[in-house]
Amino acid sequence: MNFKNRNRSARTDMLTYLGVTVAFIILTVLKSTGALNRSQTGLLVPICCYIVMAVSLNLTVGIMGELSLGHAGFMSVGAFSGIIAAMSLADIIPSPGIRLAIAMVVGAIMAGVVGFLVGIPVLRLRGDYLAIVTLAFGEILKELITCLIVGSDGKGLHILFNITGSKTADDLHLLEGGRVIIKGAQGATGTQTIATFTAGFILIMVTLLVVQNMIRSRTGRAIMAIRDNRIAAESVGISITRYKMIAFVTSAALAGAAGALFGLNYSNLAAAKFDFNTSILVLVFVVLGGLGNIWGSIIATVVLYILPEALRSFATYRMLIYAIVLILVMLATNTAQMKTLLGKLIPGRKKEGADNE
Amino acid sequence: MSKTFTKGKMVAVPSTSIIPERDIGSTPILECRHLGIDFGGLKAVDDFNLTIGRTEIAGLIGPNGAGKTTVFNLLTKVYQPTRGIIMLDGMDTHGKTTEQINRMGIARTFQNIRLFNNLTVEENVKVGLHNQTPYNTATGIFRLPKFWKQEKAAHESAMELLSIFDMQDLADYPAGSLPYGAQRRLEIVRALATNPSLLLLDEPAAGMNPSETAELMENIVKIRDTFQIAVLLIEHDMRLVMGICEGICVLNFGRVIAKGTSEEIQANPTVIEAYLGKKKKED
Amino acid sequence: MKFLAYLISGISLGSVYAIIALGYTMVYGIAKMLNFAHGDVIMIGGYISFIAANYLGLPTVVSVIVAMAVCTILGVLIEGLAYRPLRSAPSLAVLITAIGVSYLLQNSALLIWGANPKSYTPVVSGTLHLFDGQLTISYVSLLTIVACIVIMIALTLFTGRTKMGKAMRACSEDKGAAQLMGINVNRTISLTFAIGSALAAIAGALLCSFSPTLMPTTGSMPGIKAFTAAVFGGIGSIPGAFLGGILLGVIESLARGYISTQLSNSIVFAVLIVVLLVRPAGLLGKYVPEKV
Repeated sequence: MNFKNRNRSARTDMLTYLGVTVAFIILTVLKSTGALNRSQTGLLVPICCYIVMAVSLNLTVGIMGELSLGHAGFMSVGAFSGIIAAMSLADIIPSPGIRLAIAMVVGAIMAGVVGFLVGIPVLRLRGDYLAIVTLAFGEILKELITCLIVGSDGKGLHILFNITGSKTADDLHLLEGGRVIIKGAQGATGTQTIATFTAGFILIMVTLLVVQNMIRSRTGRAIMAIRDNRIAAESVGISITRYKMIAFVTSAALAGAAGALFGLNYSNLAAAKFDFNTSILVLVFVVLGGLGNIWGSIIATVVLYILPEALRSFATYRMLIYAIVLILVMLATNTAQMKTLLGKLIPGRKKEGADNE
Repeated sequence: MSKTFTKGKMVAVPSTSIIPERDIGSTPILECRHLGIDFGGLKAVDDFNLTIGRTEIAGLIGPNGAGKTTVFNLLTKVYQPTRGIIMLDGMDTHGKTTEQINRMGIARTFQNIRLFNNLTVEENVKVGLHNQTPYNTATGIFRLPKFWKQEKAAHESAMELLSIFDMQDLADYPAGSLPYGAQRRLEIVRALATNPSLLLLDEPAAGMNPSETAELMENIVKIRDTFQIAVLLIEHDMRLVMGICEGICVLNFGRVIAKGTSEEIQANPTVIEAYLGKKKKED
Repeated sequence: MKFLAYLISGISLGSVYAIIALGYTMVYGIAKMLNFAHGDVIMIGGYISFIAANYLGLPTVVSVIVAMAVCTILGVLIEGLAYRPLRSAPSLAVLITAIGVSYLLQNSALLIWGANPKSYTPVVSGTLHLFDGQLTISYVSLLTIVACIVIMIALTLFTGRTKMGKAMRACSEDKGAAQLMGINVNRTISLTFAIGSALAAIAGALLCSFSPTLMPTTGSMPGIKAFTAAVFGGIGSIPGAFLGGILLGVIESLARGYISTQLSNSIVFAVLIVVLLVRPAGLLGKYVPEKV
């Protein structure tokens, strides 16, 4: 009986890997045969990034059980540190593939470090207070990056911090042949777009490996135990801070890698892109996909990311329809009558919200 | 550093400590001296002295609101004591956290059951085994050989522990879906999984029928005999307390009003008064 | 003198935040939910009073009253249609629904009134010159501060003295017990949303008088900041919302004046984080440890 269960969870994991791989192969074939038009092809890399964002946020919200409203902040850190890494290495490492890989690793590390620093105060709080502080950090990161002016030349990186708003890229005093990478509020301009769909696929697979294997290990059990009952988890000798931090930093690092890929997909990118609304967008993917449900996060991201595009023919009404769909889905899946009905159809784990009420 | 002592008020020291004769030869597993905590001026527990022998089954009883669960919370450092010391196996536990106390050897269950409801029964026990399966996060993510080895060992220990209460068949059910009695038993198994030397049980028989309680009594004794540990339990079911507890401590209004064997407690007039009120009623 | 000017503009900005924060805090206290759509109710309030004044030619005061009426109905409708069915749902589901409502209001406004900013006519115009013109205070600032104090006093009296107000407090402590005492919980929650939304309409008119551009996204950032203010003061506490709002406004105004315009929001949020670390339930909030 036990082995049946173990096999079942292992099978779910395997099916997730398989599903993603099959989707990747089909899309690659469609792309090479020209069956996808330009705007459809353009969606591939961002979808990969948002899938990684959703899966990593699910680690915080679904598995750790704490609401984070600042996930886009880590994406932003990853994006801009990734762009800086890729652009400043442009002359040293000609291969765009290797530079992309380095950029994603740098993005992940930087976002992980920021996640750790943010986590020290954040993880001391609980519930709605924790949520509002993650929101605050998200906004702080956005504004700090808006103040950055970065350039590189033969002598290395030049970084200016433009607090008063009076400095420009000229104040970097770059040598001849140097290039400005980030121009404050304008963000990154003239970035070489080296992001590829294959890199996105690999990143998703790595993310799935990290998150799914973590959940099914001692670490994941400790994190979920803290979520289900903090006091009981403490009473069996689990360090609350340590495991919450592991989950939070892992989540931030994965978001950073996704950010680096995202950043290198656009030639112009402003920090304002990674605001509160982006965090919320990803949170919606996670909640609609099901808390703690990794496969659900992937499906929800794909559907909800494509939905507004598919509704393009409705032009101005599309966001309105999106909002109505969102409300109706929440009402349908959470009201008592619908819940019992769905409960019979899908025997899944349901995590109840905080113990208030 | 020198310190001068002035003549002060005299206070009573625990001199009436009782432990089973067989445990005389070794350090008591638990020793509380003048333990106390205040909640905003109210002395919830005051001058609490208790000594528990290494393989003793001890009982903590008292009317509702006497401060019994508060004592458990003090022992496990859910609350930091305002006064007094707690010695665990001869070591001072001052300044330790709940998590460290567990590693030092105290495991507990809760009055209002606290299981990891969304995890399976087996996973609940494995969480208890957390500190006995010490591989790190990276080993888990990359599934190195150590991961497989330790997970296999954890699975086997979990099944063995579950077999104490014949619960192996329930291993794959979510803990939250178990019936009440099984949830109480699972909490005991989870606590045992942390390899404690002192097990605190907060109303283990609450909500159980007489035959379940009888079985539980046997199992508590069996657990003590198998694992050679001490048990301190809070319970309102006097058959259980009088049946298996060697030493009993009675608490009322945060203070110990009596200590002794079951016979002594049953005959103690202060205890009868605390439970039944001043005028003894016959009905 | 410069400091005084920053301080006064901070207090009046803070008063707007406080009025919005009152809506957040009352709803949170009673329904235990973050009503993310509250900021957008402000925006709707702004548009309604704009239309009433500019197209229907109603006097300013009447236009604000019309906006209050419309927002009250809107608030009650939102609660009844979107939140009430989710009363026993996980808090995250309610949060996402609130986000959905927020999108709905913003996009409806976009469809009805378009993306172009409207230039709002301040509810009162003119400035007060003091100290030989060294210190100028706009009448809008003064009106805002006065409005905030009046609202604050009225709400305190309402929750403390009236039967409905007491019912509201009872519901926020324990809905089950309140129901057993014969309080109509649904009606009390509706009333809370009604009051919160009416306040949002007033805040909308005042906010647009400060920065006279009106867009579908006008309510978002002030909404988030007012929510921050509510948390800052201790969410669920009416004096806390007032204190939090004023402090937030002052900090923002001083940060903008003396440190950096670009980083003013960051400074506000940084102060919030520090306050929450020292007092985990906000300045006037009660920290209730979990019972074991």
